[in-house]
Amino acid sequence: MTRVPDTTPEGAPEDTVRSTAADTAESTGGSATAGAARAAAPDEATGEAVNETTNEAAGPARKTAEVRRRGAGRPPTRASRLLQNRWAGLAGLLVALLAPFVNATPYALSVMTSAAIFVMLAAGLNIVVGYCGLLDLGYVAFFAVGAYTSGVLATRLDLPLVATVPAVIVVTVVAGIVIGAPTLRLRSDYLAIVTLGFGEIIRITANNLDVTGGPSGIYGIPGLAGSPVAFYYLTVVVVALAVLGAARLGRSRIGRAWRFVREDEDAAEAMGVHTYRVKLAAYIAGAVWGGLAGVLFAAHLSAISPGSFTFLQSALVLMAVVLGGMGSIPGVVIGAIVISILPEILRDLADYRFFLFGVLLIAVMLLRPQGLWPARSKEVP
Amino acid sequence: MTQLIWNGLFVGSFYALVALGYSMVYGIIKLLNFAHGDLYMLGAFAGFAILGAVGGVSSSMALPVLLAVLVVTMAVTGLAGVALERIAYRPLRRAPRLSLLITAVGASFALEYGMRAAAGADPRVYPLRLGGSSLEVAGARLTVAQLVLVGVAVVLMIGLNLLVTRTREGRAMRAIALDPTTSSLMGIDVNAVISRTFFIGSALAGAAGVMAGAYYGKIDFLMGFLIGLKAFTAAVIGGIGNIPGTMLGGLVLGLLESFGTFWLGGEWRDVFAFGVLILFLTVRPTGLLGERVTERV
Repeated sequence: MTRVPDTTPEGAPEDTVRSTAADTAESTGGSATAGAARAAAPDEATGEAVNETTNEAAGPARKTAEVRRRGAGRPPTRASRLLQNRWAGLAGLLVALLAPFVNATPYALSVMTSAAIFVMLAAGLNIVVGYCGLLDLGYVAFFAVGAYTSGVLATRLDLPLVATVPAVIVVTVVAGIVIGAPTLRLRSDYLAIVTLGFGEIIRITANNLDVTGGPSGIYGIPGLAGSPVAFYYLTVVVVALAVLGAARLGRSRIGRAWRFVREDEDAAEAMGVHTYRVKLAAYIAGAVWGGLAGVLFAAHLSAISPGSFTFLQSALVLMAVVLGGMGSIPGVVIGAIVISILPEILRDLADYRFFLFGVLLIAVMLLRPQGLWPARSKEVP
Repeated sequence: MTQLIWNGLFVGSFYALVALGYSMVYGIIKLLNFAHGDLYMLGAFAGFAILGAVGGVSSSMALPVLLAVLVVTMAVTGLAGVALERIAYRPLRRAPRLSLLITAVGASFALEYGMRAAAGADPRVYPLRLGGSSLEVAGARLTVAQLVLVGVAVVLMIGLNLLVTRTREGRAMRAIALDPTTSSLMGIDVNAVISRTFFIGSALAGAAGVMAGAYYGKIDFLMGFLIGLKAFTAAVIGGIGNIPGTMLGGLVLGLLESFGTFWLGGEWRDVFAFGVLILFLTVRPTGLLGERVTERV
């Protein structure tokens, strides 16, 4: 299975920083909370500490559950050390870059490119769901907005695809504000259903408008690179940067704020986090990631139609994030690769595939809510 | 004009029936049951299977048979709803809200594609069609079938309202909606009441599914997705958690859609409905009849 591209450029390095720094943070315990808002340099340590202290504040039942789930207090096993290795991410990127030398059939390249684009989508959704805890069920809408914006501009105005990227960013930001601004003030579950509706609105609109080509979509979108191999490498590099960027965002000041909001919105508000603005920022960041992935998608397939942007697609991205581990960059990358490669392997089970995905989603939430490769935390109860 | 109003009320009564289950479940455990629309789908397929087992039905017997099938289907989907709650939702009741929502999405997925695996991806034609004569009332053409379906919907809704406001069971539900912990201290079996709430809500959705199957004549495994969204919209318009409000919301949404379709064209109907949802959430998130709730910490 050498054609499985592992595009994990980041994740491992931050984990090492996190584990050492978080150790020091533990000794200071809750006092880190107040400093967190202002802390600058080894930000991960204080960020995680905030995260964990608010966890404890959430009540004893919750606390024991967390402890049981995460198995804190056990010494790190060989496997978990391996996962924390700073070189794991680079090794993954290397595998992704070397994969075409092993198998460069057009089919394999296409599958790998799609998987890389899917990784980017998952990294973007991870900002919204994983970091900030906002359930977005219409994430594919931003993917569609990005793909259609670049597709329409490139074919109608004869622009090269790269030139449409600024427009894509502007349009996705606007879309993020339009949909996020009214709903982020409300309870989080309203957001889920509004985004679901928004995903449908975008799809139906693309289906009905003339400028988007109606049900048959847009053809002849120019590519970004000459050959499939070159495009694959370009995609890997772009996706690697996007994943890296998402990881850096997660460790920044606003990343800490996102996790604080996820763990306890009221406490975050009380500590001076402008929760509405912070949530909107997460939503917009997710939108931009999705839109840029859409540009790659349009370049990859050179034709887009409303059928590519159904709720199923949103659910699969969500599935990748949940399966891999919400908030965990390496987990999300692995999850996305698994979800995008699995259907290629399980072609025989096509009828049961999505049924199994649904069951898997429930099972993960019931049995292993932290995902396959959870975000690391150094909580000591 | 009267035709538009009648069409709106007719579709609206379907929405209201499905939305009631949404609203009840939300009211009692604050869970958006994404799988609710799929219970509607399940109901349609259960009715389909039962009718297939019964065999051919002459058109004169269509109505009594339909009512009998309705009752059986309601029991089936009700039990399915109870099972869903027991397996997927109850273990997570104390978990973070996000987990519960994701589980609900998974449940919806499993139901949709489980049905696809069981019954195939192609739409099925319902073995029973409500034909019948039509009559003119004030310029609107209404068929007997429509009248009967609206009648059934109204009876179910009145029954539900009586159940919630007049019986011991209903009082227990309202108590749990207010405060589950205190309710259990007062001797209410919270889990049992929540199970029964799921039963009732799912049964209503199943009834709507059979009725939709018999009226439109065609069912497929994704039919619940859109109606689930519409039902949620209806519940939000009326005030989620509030039963008369939800019924009103269903009718209002039906009317809005009917007029929206008239003005904008059928292909924009769903966009219009979701636009209304977003507008309502912006302007009046508590809905027409919902009271303002302050989030307690």
